[in-house]
Amino acid sequence: MIHDRSILDEKTHAEAGSTLSRRALLQAGAGLAIGVYIAGRTPSFAQNRPAPQSVNILPNTFLIIAPDDTVTVLCKAIEFGQGPFTGFATLVAEELDADWSQMRAVHAPSNPALYKNLLFGVQGTGGSSAIANSYEQMRKVGAAARQMLVATAAERWRVAASEISVENGVIKHASGKQGRFGEFATEAMLRPVPADPQLKDPADFKLIGRDGAVQRLDSAAKSNGSAIFTLDLDEPEMLTVLIARSPKFGGVVSSFDATAAKQIAGVVDVRQVPTGVAVYAKGFWPAKLGRDALKIVWDDSKAETRGTREILSEFRALAKTPGKTVKQHGDVDAEFAKGGRLIEAEYVFPYLAHAAMEPLNGFIKWDGDTALARYGCQFPTPDHGAIAQVLGIGVDKVKLEVLLAGGSFGRRAQQTVHAAIELAEVAKAIGPGKPLKLVWTREDDMRGGYYRPFGVHRMRGVVRDGKIEGWTDTIVGQSIMKGTPFEAMTFKDGMDSTTYEGSNEIPYEVANFRCDLHQVDVGVPVLWWRSVGHTHTGYAVEAFIDELLEAAGQDPVEGRLALMGDNKPRHAGVLKAVAELANWKGAKLEAGRVRGVAVVESFNTFVAQVVELSMTEEGPKLHKVWCAVDCGVAVNPDIIRAQMEGGIGFALGHILYAEQTIEAGAPVAGNFDKYRSLRINEMPEVEVVIVASGEKPTGVGEPGVPPLGPAVANAMAKLGLPRPRQLPIVPGATA
Amino acid sequence: MTAYRLNINGQSHAIDVDPGTPLLWAIRDGAKLTGTKYGCGVAQCGACTVYLDNQPVRSCSLPVSAVGDSQITTIEGVGGREAAAVQAEWVKLDVPQCGYCQSGQIMSAAALLARNPKPSDRDIDLAMAGNICRCATYVRIRAAIHGAAKTLEG
Ligand code: FES
Ligand code: FES
Repeated sequence: MIHDRSILDEKTHAEAGSTLSRRALLQAGAGLAIGVYIAGRTPSFAQNRPAPQSVNILPNTFLIIAPDDTVTVLCKAIEFGQGPFTGFATLVAEELDADWSQMRAVHAPSNPALYKNLLFGVQGTGGSSAIANSYEQMRKVGAAARQMLVATAAERWRVAASEISVENGVIKHASGKQGRFGEFATEAMLRPVPADPQLKDPADFKLIGRDGAVQRLDSAAKSNGSAIFTLDLDEPEMLTVLIARSPKFGGVVSSFDATAAKQIAGVVDVRQVPTGVAVYAKGFWPAKLGRDALKIVWDDSKAETRGTREILSEFRALAKTPGKTVKQHGDVDAEFAKGGRLIEAEYVFPYLAHAAMEPLNGFIKWDGDTALARYGCQFPTPDHGAIAQVLGIGVDKVKLEVLLAGGSFGRRAQQTVHAAIELAEVAKAIGPGKPLKLVWTREDDMRGGYYRPFGVHRMRGVVRDGKIEGWTDTIVGQSIMKGTPFEAMTFKDGMDSTTYEGSNEIPYEVANFRCDLHQVDVGVPVLWWRSVGHTHTGYAVEAFIDELLEAAGQDPVEGRLALMGDNKPRHAGVLKAVAELANWKGAKLEAGRVRGVAVVESFNTFVAQVVELSMTEEGPKLHKVWCAVDCGVAVNPDIIRAQMEGGIGFALGHILYAEQTIEAGAPVAGNFDKYRSLRINEMPEVEVVIVASGEKPTGVGEPGVPPLGPAVANAMAKLGLPRPRQLPIVPGATA
Repeated sequence: MTAYRLNINGQSHAIDVDPGTPLLWAIRDGAKLTGTKYGCGVAQCGACTVYLDNQPVRSCSLPVSAVGDSQITTIEGVGGREAAAVQAEWVKLDVPQCGYCQSGQIMSAAALLARNPKPSDRDIDLAMAGNICRCATYVRIRAAIHGAAKTLEG
């Protein structure tokens, strides 16, 4: 989820000739990751940080070609549904000329020297970057391996390598000699690795971008219960650990009485840890009963005391005053003074929990000298260092294995490494020797903070003679990165770019423009949440432009296209594509049905959506969503479609129903009864078109989310309803 | 602690737990069958769906003391034409994303087809609304159930 372009966009920096400073920043940013956590100590993981410029293409670190002819890809990105197992295997298999049936994938272990994300400089998944940062790398791995296999076969057959061809996993020579990868692999892997293996011409692709050429590698195991998640880990003597954490953010244990808890059969121990009181038991249920029996007095002297209501009134008051300017051009104040039709809108965005289907958890085994941690880890490098530091051992003494995770939506990538620290603290508190599984209940997870930040956008626009002449967007929000190791990477002029991304640059030409920000501290921990700043900036910008276009008497599609001019070809491309797909003929239809549209770029991927809905007593009912996406080269078209479908459903559930309310410093919703999730009966039909593109591939995990909410709001407006000013649209919805 | 004998997937498992222990945890921590998932613990999400005498139930909200001699079926033991058709279609359409909810989805879907071999969209809504998928794979779940129904038609 690190995605600030100033740091991570290779192109921007290549243009600015500042590749070096980008490197320096990455080192600084990542080095801080642990430095912040334990001040004054050299980050241990930094010591074996890879040289930033090196790109590992060593086949023997990424591929296991077994004698049985299977090719297993070690995937450096975590698989939690967005498809990197299949994507990485596609890239390798394409260049290797493997047969899809022989491909497998597993997670690479934590090892930044080998498996760093080329955009981050450390190992981690986020910012919809998995395919983007691996497209060439994994193809080169496949191409290098192919060349090594061919060279081995040439030697064995005593023929020229140039006379050998490879097709569907079979190595062939015109003489009729042929063999399979498994027969040559052991020898081939010992050969020198070609420095710059020849890549295929995209015109010759058989798998990349070919619909139906591959199937997900993880579908079968996820359809018969055999896929192993962290919650499923088990070992003899393993204890399940639950932690009682402070109900209020910022509260700490003052004192506790574990007498009753220890009397519960199956409870083995109770220990205080920095985040609360940990109960160690033989299985989940005794741990739960033990935790329920704890008596804890909390010290709330440093806890957050405000609730959503108080925070909202503070934010609202601030929104009426100009913040610190993020970006401006023209003279917007003068423009407003000239008169015309002045339009104002204030949008309020709630705290949102990620509520991934598998709550947070982790497995750890520490023997005093070495440790093994296994869990659905999204940022291995910082987590790895944190575990080592808590246990007081070197990173080389800690093995961190990445497991499948039941969703994340950002939650498992932690700038503060808080869950990794807690996992290690739990091991430290009871002492070496016991395998432990730390489990968060749904309530722990949902009330555990690290939410999509609460925020307000106050929009003002002026329309004169059918033209949008001025635009201001005053944002009030909490920084995701402030005080975390990543602050250096996303802060510019003291402002967190993840708070305003998408609002500072809009794809529409408006002569007089200002975006400003009030960055406010709140004691509620916040985090990136599937599409980060675009979760709210996408809504604010796209709902407001639609409102202004309406005031200007223009069609939502035509009006947008006109304002894009010739400068936004990819925005315009997806907008035109979705209009065509939906057969757009204006927003109003018969029988109470209306349509709305929105287009948002996030993570260098462009997505436009048209929704069709009608209103019921329970709120909007979505019938269909049309979606056009431009993500550069489409590596796995069906996974792209799946991510658009999922992104649409995820966005819809939240825009309609979801809100984590805070009361006096404590989060209210603990489960899906109060934090309502989208269900199948609320899921619209979805039709996706992938816009053909030769641009470098970009991600699809997040970009399907942002346009949905504003498209719904814009459709509702066509029924004469106000575009929802405060989300969720159906407040107080319970399941 | 009380000793129970649970009949899971045709096998008898001896389990010694507190009588209030939800069947889910008896299956997972006791019988060591981990295909059945924990998602909410309060009968909201369906991740823990198993069959009790062939009827889908939320195992997180059923105390082990209430199970008696009933036959329990989990994703590991689910068999029969409906489940096979559902699982095949799930793979064919690449339904799962993170996959964590899918054991429960498949148990609910197979149970639906067993009592209604040709469900309408509305039947699917009614039968599947208790199973949350946070990845929102609902479009494909629906398509896969229709696909499985077709297979079963022969
Ligand atoms: S875990 Fe049983 S319904 Fe959610
Ligand atoms: S596939 Fe992830 S929750 Fe359903």
